[in-house]
Amino acid sequence: MTRLLLSVLAFALGTLPAHAGIDETINTLTAPFADWLASIVFFSFPFFGANLPLVVLWLVVGAVFFTFFMSFINIRGFMHAIRLVRGDYADDDSPGEVSHFQALATAVSGTVGIGNIGGVAVAVTIGGAGATFWLIIAGFLGMSTKFVECTLGVKYRQENPDGSVSGGPMYYMRDGLKELGMTGFGKFMGAFYAIGIIMGALGAGNMFQSNQAYVQLNTVVGGALDGMGWAVGLVLAAVVFMVIVGGIKSIASVTEKIVPLMAVFYCLFAIIVILMNAPAIPAAIGNIFTGAFTAEGVQGGVMGALIIGFQRAVFSNEAGIGSASIAHSAVKTPEPVTEGYVSLLEPFIDTIVICTITALVIGTSQVVDPNFAGDATGVAMTSAAFERQFSWFPVPLAFAALLFAISTMISWSYYGLKGWSYLFGENKVGILIYKLAFCGFVALGCMVQLGPILTISDCLVFMICVPNILGLYFLAPIVRREMLAYQAKLKGQDVSSLKHELS
Amino acid sequence: MNNLVLVAVDGSEGGERALDYAAERAKIGGAKILVAYVIEWSPYTFNTPEENAERHMRREQEIERASTTVVDPAASKLAGLGIDHETVVRHGPPSETLIKLAEKYGVQQIVIGRRGQSGIKNLIFGSVAGTLVQTSPVPVVVVP
Repeated sequence: MTRLLLSVLAFALGTLPAHAGIDETINTLTAPFADWLASIVFFSFPFFGANLPLVVLWLVVGAVFFTFFMSFINIRGFMHAIRLVRGDYADDDSPGEVSHFQALATAVSGTVGIGNIGGVAVAVTIGGAGATFWLIIAGFLGMSTKFVECTLGVKYRQENPDGSVSGGPMYYMRDGLKELGMTGFGKFMGAFYAIGIIMGALGAGNMFQSNQAYVQLNTVVGGALDGMGWAVGLVLAAVVFMVIVGGIKSIASVTEKIVPLMAVFYCLFAIIVILMNAPAIPAAIGNIFTGAFTAEGVQGGVMGALIIGFQRAVFSNEAGIGSASIAHSAVKTPEPVTEGYVSLLEPFIDTIVICTITALVIGTSQVVDPNFAGDATGVAMTSAAFERQFSWFPVPLAFAALLFAISTMISWSYYGLKGWSYLFGENKVGILIYKLAFCGFVALGCMVQLGPILTISDCLVFMICVPNILGLYFLAPIVRREMLAYQAKLKGQDVSSLKHELS
Repeated sequence: MNNLVLVAVDGSEGGERALDYAAERAKIGGAKILVAYVIEWSPYTFNTPEENAERHMRREQEIERASTTVVDPAASKLAGLGIDHETVVRHGPPSETLIKLAEKYGVQQIVIGRRGQSGIKNLIFGSVAGTLVQTSPVPVVVVP
């Protein structure tokens, strides 16, 4: 894809008038490509007055199926998941290994990102308040999908000769489908997924993030960075370069530690803003519900709102994409299902809690002043909603957005790298090429406007859902078997006998 | 009764003094010594995916390093003195883990150096020895 993009770029650079700015030029170049990609990935058909993209239907059907097939594990497993994270069942033969908490925190850091701040605003702008309702439903169903993919991630993870571990959809498809006697199919699916995750790593986990970080920075400085996207992009790319190529781990670990703090502060202030808009809360919640079922003024009506809600939810919590499964597979547990339980908290935190809070910040502001954000969308819209109450808020928000973006980019660089090394092995030159391309896309993300970027990253992310969910259908019976066995074990033993004397 | 004494070592001089003291007493009283090294670790930290993927490998390395540089020399010292002993290396929060080990092995007493590896941190958060004195279920000897 990189090569394709570069050749398009080279061709069009020659044809464009010389006075066009760098940012503008790149934008003109990516837009047609984005449209072309979208027409393939988001092939849609008319459905109750709206255009339903096949791929969204694919995800929803998958999530609903897994919710039923796992007997509503997203509700029934919730408390158990919290106890696992708390360490109530800590495996005491191996303190010092990755704990459930750590695996969850890492995966959440990868998903809590700009999508939670900007993505929700995009959903509300396009799909109306009702999109929030469908976003929450999608988050709820997504919990089951996560459960399945993360259980499989741990079950089929691979220990490398150097003692590190690799896991994720490529491995569970290759080895899981092999167990079912579909060796060739499994190999194909694993490779297909690996290619997809590399591309997703360059889009959603990369360009979209750097783009939105730039937009927010620019808003804060009052547009002083207009047309300077390339410069911000280069700085961001340099930071990412230092971490993933230069191996400066301290940046990564500092970001990892600040991000959860930022997320907490963000939620705290969001709740304060909502409370300050208190009189508007009933109307805002009312709008969410009525919008969900009537969707006045939204293109495509109810279906339109639903589709947008689901799309944004997936983009935010990554359920069905399989990326989290790569992060979760590092945990060392004798029962892979336990990691499945833990992972279902992820869409909950990401979508049901954080996205809903953001939606209410925007929703209550809209009730008070329908035009509070002007024509801003994405992060800028959320920022405007905060600004109504705290004039200084855009600055820390920009800082948070920047950190969210960096941590998400670092996580995704790792996901993409896992796909890359699955395909090409641990070849040092190859890995370097991948990492350099990754940094290049970070810079590119700041140079184009949100429109084409959002389209391209959406396409890339949704493309991986196709092989992943198909694989999950085949492997779901294995997960169900493991789940039932684990639950039977839990019932047979009381907690104290599972809990060893040391932790 | 189980005549077993736990000695906490961490490669510091304080740990060394604790070991010497315990060895001396054990020789007189005919006690057995449990040499314990706790590698400071918490299950509630925030890591990058890469750190998680390498965790298993790092853990082995940490245990290996603790064994070869601190625990094994301590064990051979005790062996040289003809004292019966056992060793254990474990990850976890230091004082809590030492107490759990004490309970698990049923030791009669814990011997620890007053000051271990981390100097400045002790000033702020209190030392492992201080916490042990306050929370240990068995008598604690703090060697200055």
